[in-house]
Amino acid sequence: MSAPENAAAPDNAAAPETPATAAAATAAATAAPTAVEVTAVDKVFETRGGQVHALEGIDLTVAAGEFVSLIGPSGCGKSTLMRLIADLDAPTAGAITVFGKTPAQARLDQEYGIAFQQAGLLPWRTVAANVALPLELHGAASADRKAKVEQLLDMVGLADFADRYPDQLSGGMQQRVAIARSLAEQPRLLLMDEPFGALDEMTREKMQSDLVRISAETGAAVVFVTHSIPEAVFLSDRVVVMSPRPGRIREIVPMRLGSAAGSAVGVAQATTVPSTGGAARAARTDGLREDRSFFEMVTAVREALHGAPVTTGARGVETR
Amino acid sequence: MIGDRVATDEGGRVSRSTGPGLDTGTSRPPRPTKAAGAARRRLAAVGWGVFGIVLLVVLWEGYKLLAPADGVLIGETRVLPRTTDLAMPHVWDMIGRLGEPVTRSPSAQALWLVVLLAALTTLGIAAAGWLVGVVVGVGLALVMQRWRLAEWGLLPWIVLSQTVPLIAFAPIVKSWGSRVEIGSFEWQDWMSVALIASYLAFFPIAIGALKGLQSPDRIHEELMQTYAAGYWATLAKLRFPAAVPYLLPALRLGAANAVIGAVVAEVSTGLQGGIGRLLIQFAGQASGDPAKAWGPIFGAIVLGLVAAGSVALLGAILKNYRRTEEAA
Repeated sequence: MSAPENAAAPDNAAAPETPATAAAATAAATAAPTAVEVTAVDKVFETRGGQVHALEGIDLTVAAGEFVSLIGPSGCGKSTLMRLIADLDAPTAGAITVFGKTPAQARLDQEYGIAFQQAGLLPWRTVAANVALPLELHGAASADRKAKVEQLLDMVGLADFADRYPDQLSGGMQQRVAIARSLAEQPRLLLMDEPFGALDEMTREKMQSDLVRISAETGAAVVFVTHSIPEAVFLSDRVVVMSPRPGRIREIVPMRLGSAAGSAVGVAQATTVPSTGGAARAARTDGLREDRSFFEMVTAVREALHGAPVTTGARGVETR
Repeated sequence: MIGDRVATDEGGRVSRSTGPGLDTGTSRPPRPTKAAGAARRRLAAVGWGVFGIVLLVVLWEGYKLLAPADGVLIGETRVLPRTTDLAMPHVWDMIGRLGEPVTRSPSAQALWLVVLLAALTTLGIAAAGWLVGVVVGVGLALVMQRWRLAEWGLLPWIVLSQTVPLIAFAPIVKSWGSRVEIGSFEWQDWMSVALIASYLAFFPIAIGALKGLQSPDRIHEELMQTYAAGYWATLAKLRFPAAVPYLLPALRLGAANAVIGAVVAEVSTGLQGGIGRLLIQFAGQASGDPAKAWGPIFGAIVLGLVAAGSVALLGAILKNYRRTEEAA
């Protein structure tokens, strides 16, 4: 944490060839639209009680603009996997690339935005100053910063609260500020670790709809950690179901939602290409939560989680 | 004691004043009543302050009136002081004495003026010592926060440093200082006093600053990491702002310590012109002029209040950095 990263060589070395790198990145993004590529990743934590295998043999590809949820019981390593992608931890074995770069380089280049379960706003900064923090750190001009912050707060519906302090906001509003902040650098990838986990159900559904709209507007890929099945189903293009000790991917369930997709369930079963278009995602409205296809997908994810068809229990109820 | 009283006063006022601050911009109509409420609270604060002083005077004079002249003794041991005019002058005598000249010489200044000048001299020395203490204390905290090893190696020594009795090394510092001469710079006696004051001041500041710099939540540290913010950027945007609620009480303790250090060091190094010297000098004359000895004591109290009050002012300026403190 305390390493002086600004002084790190990659930054300086990359500076002269920035146009080339940027061009290459754009080319890569259009040619091979891969946001995250995780290959044979293991993560072992050394603890006093011995080794803990947090992740084992993880392979996962997230396409650009795709919304992928990681779901599983506590201790399945879903948060750990997200932290590896964010370069907050390093894998023990295997490789991770983010837009073709190492996670460390992607972090230095601000390729991703991140939001945690706690909003993590700085209490001494106003809402606007909190959103401006990443821009400030990366030396954006004051006028640009102001315009950008205004636009972001507009997007999360908090334009009237720019001058408030975090302690004057509700939990849901704080979390929206945190999401605005994660979008400040216009990242092509959003990493979210149970961002709505601490919110009440009603706020949560509202926030989910907002996130669907925002991710459609920005076209960013999202890796979303959650332990709520309906949340994962409502938001995602694909749901990655994980199992604990050691953390493994049990199944990847593609989502087909909406009236059009719903009628085609079964027919389109063979199609493996996930729907990644912003238009498809924007079509996810609250009405979807009562759609037949929604419940079918909830069931599919639940069965994947439990490893066997579930015959009893009300459908669409969260198992947390 | 003095510092503590100011601390609670100031702390109470600041936390109470958050009420109107919270609603800035939203609830316009109830504004006047809130302002009136604030004014009433301020009046109440002043009222309680006056009440405290009056209570003290009543206790002093009441004891003097009711207790036996020889004080209260248990066996041979005196547990409460004598009440003679020599031991406990009347309050009005002590205040009245402040207006009279120091000596009978026709050119003598009034006692209050002499005390005030001496207090200002000591305040200046204590302020210099406090500033050195801030620089050294924050510097040590930065080193200890940056390197775990430095914390393990330094912290015990910092704690140990405060167990050395002040009067033991005050003369040593003075004699070392008198040998320092770099070019045209010559070590002054007041610098020895300031150095000793800083020795007392740096300790709470180092401890408080370390605690404050280490206080940011893990989530905030990781957030800064994801922003690829380096050490200095993290320090400026996260660690120092987060340290403010820890630093302010530390700075206040440091200010009180600097005043005590300066007064004691003046006495033990024999520096002229400060309130410490005046305390000793007038105490020696107390048998003939008991009220006079209280002049410098009042001066020292005011000195402590001013020192602690200045830091409280700093806290009022930095109030936005203390939001967590107030919410808690």
